[in-house]
Amino acid sequence: MSIRIENIRKSFGDKEVLKGIDFTFNTGSVNMIIGGSGSGKTVLLKCIVGLLTPDDGKVYFEDRDFHALSKKEIRSVRRNIGMLFQSSALFDSYTIFENVAFPLRMFTNWGQKKIAERVHDCLERVNLVKVDNLLPSSLSGGMRKRAALARAIVMNPKYLFCDEPNSGLDPETGQVIDRLIQGLTTDFEMTTIVISHDIKSVLDIGDKIMFIYKGAKEWQGSKDEVLTAENPNLIKFIKTSGLM
Amino acid sequence: MLRQMFNFSEKFSIYWSDILREVISNGMSSIIIVIIMSVFIGAVTTVQTAYQLEGSFFPITTIGSVVSASALLEMAPTITSLVLAGKIGANITSQIGTMRITEQIDALEVMGINSTSYLILPKTIGAMFSFPCLIIIAAFCIHLGGIVAGTASGIITHADFLYGASRFFQSFYVTFMCIKAVSFGFIIATVSAYQGYYVEGGALDVGVASTRAMVYCCILLVIADYLLAKFLL
Repeated sequence: MSIRIENIRKSFGDKEVLKGIDFTFNTGSVNMIIGGSGSGKTVLLKCIVGLLTPDDGKVYFEDRDFHALSKKEIRSVRRNIGMLFQSSALFDSYTIFENVAFPLRMFTNWGQKKIAERVHDCLERVNLVKVDNLLPSSLSGGMRKRAALARAIVMNPKYLFCDEPNSGLDPETGQVIDRLIQGLTTDFEMTTIVISHDIKSVLDIGDKIMFIYKGAKEWQGSKDEVLTAENPNLIKFIKTSGLM
Repeated sequence: MLRQMFNFSEKFSIYWSDILREVISNGMSSIIIVIIMSVFIGAVTTVQTAYQLEGSFFPITTIGSVVSASALLEMAPTITSLVLAGKIGANITSQIGTMRITEQIDALEVMGINSTSYLILPKTIGAMFSFPCLIIIAAFCIHLGGIVAGTASGIITHADFLYGASRFFQSFYVTFMCIKAVSFGFIIATVSAYQGYYVEGGALDVGVASTRAMVYCCILLVIADYLLAKFLL
């Protein structure tokens, strides 16, 4: 259930944003893509889930070339994907319950009772209670992130993608979100990809890490190796975070 | 976009409630403005037609005929649709555009949902159902406005007005009005949705897209109006 990318390239006009990236994202572990703002992390994630089409290179989900699949097959692969967006991307006009129940209503024939049970399970899992009838606009940033995470896991996905899950959150709430992602990955044996520029989060939950600098992969390794890495751009990136 | 819209793999039952919600919301949110506008259009047309016919050899019942025929053939479907282009069209563009810039459409796609079908199909079908209803109400209110203004100002009695309206009435006028209503509903929903779906940038760009959608809708409406009249009348 791993995801493999090969020589991913993407340009916007004359600007080359991704310069041939190869990587294998392991199952049951938190794979982190780190790098500064504008380094191409989000573009890479969007290429992996097919929201953007790479100019060159391949993305394999369990050895199936994702971008060579038909639209119907792509949709069927995506039903195994849960994604936590940077902006949470909850549906404004739906309550939190309806947001989390949404994938179940679309893709299962479950009755109201079973859907409600599953939704409440997921909301409890992310420590959200008594928010069923609230609209996303009435929640705090951290609660919205947790509700979005509940929606992402409600279908028991094989793959979980998180785009800067703790951006805009205070350190304590950010850590809560990180722990949730780590716990869910381990418990459900998911292939999780997290984009972050928060080095504390990397050291906390990152099992396998890729560092991107100006669209190119500069370094990869484990969280134990990050602080002893000899890549000058990575050292500079860590230093600016105040950890060295 | 149109081809993608009908290429859905989700259960169609999901769309029923959304279509119904669109029909109701379009209808309920626009009915007051349609009634007010139509009553005054009817009143103004009656007064102005009477002014034009003053001293002519045409019988007074002609006012009813003119107001009725112009209401059914042109004013109810076209003017109402132009107003609805501004109201419903801009609403569709801003709704879908906001969903685009806040990554809600990306969220739908990542879930494996055809976002074009899910967002645009119910709005299009909803508009194609609600427009005829609103336009029939508009036609009724134009007649009502004509009768009220005519009798209140002593131009024509309601009996003469109704006699004039029924004298040259053809049932095809109503069919033609409904064909226009369905066509205009389709144009407004799809053009507005297209502008919202492909918006890029931020809140400012959603506003620009809404304005652009309204301009395109108005132009396409008058072109479609001419073509329908040319080929169906």
